[in-house]
Amino acid sequence: MSTDTVDEGKRRFLVTSTSVVGAVGAGFVAVPFLSSWMPSERAKNAGAPVEADISRLEEGRMMTVEWQSKPVWIVRRSEKTLADLEKNNDNLRDPASDNLDQQPEYAKNMQRSRKPEILVLVGICTHLGCSPTFRPDIAPADLGENWMGGFFCPCHSSKFDLAGRVFQGVPAPTNLAVPPHYYVTDNTILIGQDGEAA
Amino acid sequence: MKKYILILILAIFPATSFASSGVHLDAAPIDIYNKDSIKRGAKGFADYCFSCHSAQFMRFNRIAKDTGMTEAEVREMMIFTRDKKGEVTKTGDLMTVAMTKDYAKNAFGTAVPDITLTARSRGADWLYTYLRTFYVDANRPTGMNNRAFPDVAMPHVLWELQGINKPVYVTEDHDGVSVERIEDFETLQAGSMTAEEYDAFVADLVNFMVYLAEPVQTERRDLGWKVLIYLSIFFVFAYLLKKEYWKDIH
Amino acid sequence: MGKLLGWIDDRFPLSKMWNEHLAEYYAPKNFNFWYFFGSLALLVLVIQIVSGIFLTMHYKPDGELAFASVEYIMRDVPYGWLIRYIHSTGATAFFIVVYLHMFRGLMYGSYKKPRELIWLFGMFIYLALMAEAFMGYLLPWGQMSYWGAQVIISLFSAIPVIGDDLTLWIRGDFVISDATLNRFFALHVIALPFVIVFLVIAHILALHEVGSNNPDGVEIKKNKDPVTHIPLDGIPFHPYYSVKDIVGVVAFLFFFSVVMFYFPDGGGYFLEHANFIASDPLKTPEHIAPVWYFTPFYAILRAVPDKLMGVGAMGAAIVVLFFLPWIDRCKVKSIRYRSNLYKVNLVIFAVSFVVLGWLAMQPVNSTITLMSQVFSLLYFAFFVVLYVTSKNEQTKPVPDRVTS
Repeated sequence: MSTDTVDEGKRRFLVTSTSVVGAVGAGFVAVPFLSSWMPSERAKNAGAPVEADISRLEEGRMMTVEWQSKPVWIVRRSEKTLADLEKNNDNLRDPASDNLDQQPEYAKNMQRSRKPEILVLVGICTHLGCSPTFRPDIAPADLGENWMGGFFCPCHSSKFDLAGRVFQGVPAPTNLAVPPHYYVTDNTILIGQDGEAA
Repeated sequence: MKKYILILILAIFPATSFASSGVHLDAAPIDIYNKDSIKRGAKGFADYCFSCHSAQFMRFNRIAKDTGMTEAEVREMMIFTRDKKGEVTKTGDLMTVAMTKDYAKNAFGTAVPDITLTARSRGADWLYTYLRTFYVDANRPTGMNNRAFPDVAMPHVLWELQGINKPVYVTEDHDGVSVERIEDFETLQAGSMTAEEYDAFVADLVNFMVYLAEPVQTERRDLGWKVLIYLSIFFVFAYLLKKEYWKDIH
Repeated sequence: MGKLLGWIDDRFPLSKMWNEHLAEYYAPKNFNFWYFFGSLALLVLVIQIVSGIFLTMHYKPDGELAFASVEYIMRDVPYGWLIRYIHSTGATAFFIVVYLHMFRGLMYGSYKKPRELIWLFGMFIYLALMAEAFMGYLLPWGQMSYWGAQVIISLFSAIPVIGDDLTLWIRGDFVISDATLNRFFALHVIALPFVIVFLVIAHILALHEVGSNNPDGVEIKKNKDPVTHIPLDGIPFHPYYSVKDIVGVVAFLFFFSVVMFYFPDGGGYFLEHANFIASDPLKTPEHIAPVWYFTPFYAILRAVPDKLMGVGAMGAAIVVLFFLPWIDRCKVKSIRYRSNLYKVNLVIFAVSFVVLGWLAMQPVNSTITLMSQVFSLLYFAFFVVLYVTSKNEQTKPVPDRVTS
């Protein structure tokens, strides 16, 4: 029981090294538990790219498909709507889609789309996740006379134009997201993949 | 080292016998690391089993991932049907079959079991024996019986490959009662494969089914020895630490 | 750091608890190999709770979905297979560790005065653990889950008068069904873990109140340093036994990992073959046996040809253990200083327990039944012989201080 022969340095080294080895092990043990919260194969399969047939989508109308359990809107816009988009620019937060997280490279343009007339958007408000309503009507009473069609979120009154771009002075911080998509044929869109080229 | 541990543990835990009526089982030559064999087995499974038997806990694309096939190859090999909504079956879908329970009851007198886990419930040796011991029996509705699974309802779907066998009986004396026992088989009609080819075919098929029952087993083993090495290192540190402190006591 | 600790200590007895239970808890310095299993049992409890919590996140306690959800965990959930195998291997490990821990208690007389309550709390933990394991085994909803539960619950029907109504009440249906599965799930994941954790705390508090026994069965508190009042044969649990237990933990985890990664179904003993077939109320598996940790008691049940008597014998085999502190009337604790008769008696008891476990896994025939009867008698004979002989046992002199 003689404490005066204790090699404090050795003891400290062993305590530290054993703790480090143990902590590394604990870190590895955490991996399977934490990763078990990631989407399972079932969720991934359910969230696999979906095909949308737009052959029957009329001008000015919107259709909704489900991708990764989220609503994805497809709108066929008229020439006039496309022309009107520019008029909104002064009232928008991000008219040129400079926030690259909100759309793939190929949708960073005025129409925010691959084909100018076809808009593909994830229908979830960038504020707190409600699904906005489609309001194509021009200058309705509740949205004011400058309204040229767009999306209105009933939860906290965020407004977006018909390219999914967010207006100034509303709680939503960014434009609505454009999901990765590409045209398999003229009338078939595959949502969830950028396509072979991308 | 790995082998030594395996042997040691096998000695401690002798495997319990799988439920079977005491029939001798041939040892199945299983190698779950043999991806080519599993791929061939998957092909056999798709061609001969999967039209009736589902593997409803397995996804097609898992086979692609684990065997190194592309999803397109797996689609080509295994996916023949559309899903319940009539849409194209996705490679990420579960391996279900279109046959309904009622249809199966009509056709075979019993529901066709799902066979995802059969290699775990019956064992590889049983499967390997079962698929090789069909024989002619005029008393059965399918005209065939099986030594590992007496009075089985399943027809011998592989007969074109194996041919048709006829049992050779020996008579044995059990407490004064003579009992007939199948000693061996002889060929009644040759199949498209030789006996060796057929054994190899079934071996691949069973290998696939062993994989199917627990697709993670190679990953499990590969992770295992890493964990054991880590624990060995940790043990050295922990032991030295203990020894250092216990100098005070001794 | 010291400031923060002071702030906490003014409001919560953190340092006090640390000292009482670790840094200034004086344990005998002569603990041997057998003393690893207490802390290992605690470790396994933590492993089971953590892995169990993660399993409930993916498991579905529904008669239609349960079996598939287990395969979903095994295949579709990232690392779900590992978490499930941790939990299933943990169940087996729990019983191995607990049986060795209990045997340690038998060898060194750890149940004797003043430690009777520690033993009783321990026995209640064991009982709760058996219920926990039994209910957990229903959850995979395979054939063995189903029929095992059917058989075990039917044991209650042996009770006169109320038996049939009682089994109906436990099942919530005329056979094992979705209702049974759902309530067993609730008990398995919430109620019993609570009970077990509470009992473990009581077990440890009682232990720290009276102090640990040791392989010599000497009360170290009888020899204290006159100045410091620290037992002369005692050493602080921390750091001495904490660093020692880490060695035990790592060694244990090594064996645990070997089983988990290379023999997760334990050759059919840990995960039974028939449990890979979804439960089917119309078809009993050919050969049905409980999981290995229940088998000794199951063998006693099967040994008795009468239903009520069989259940009674099985119950008695467990209940009698509770009374051990009063059955053993010998003042000497440790096997080291007890008579040869006691040593032989204990060895026969331990062997009977293991042999009974093996017997229950064999298909019944007349030899197996006869052997079961013989070894059941030997099992109970241990207690009878102990009661009769322990009062005036020829013991060796016990030293004042611990040896080595």
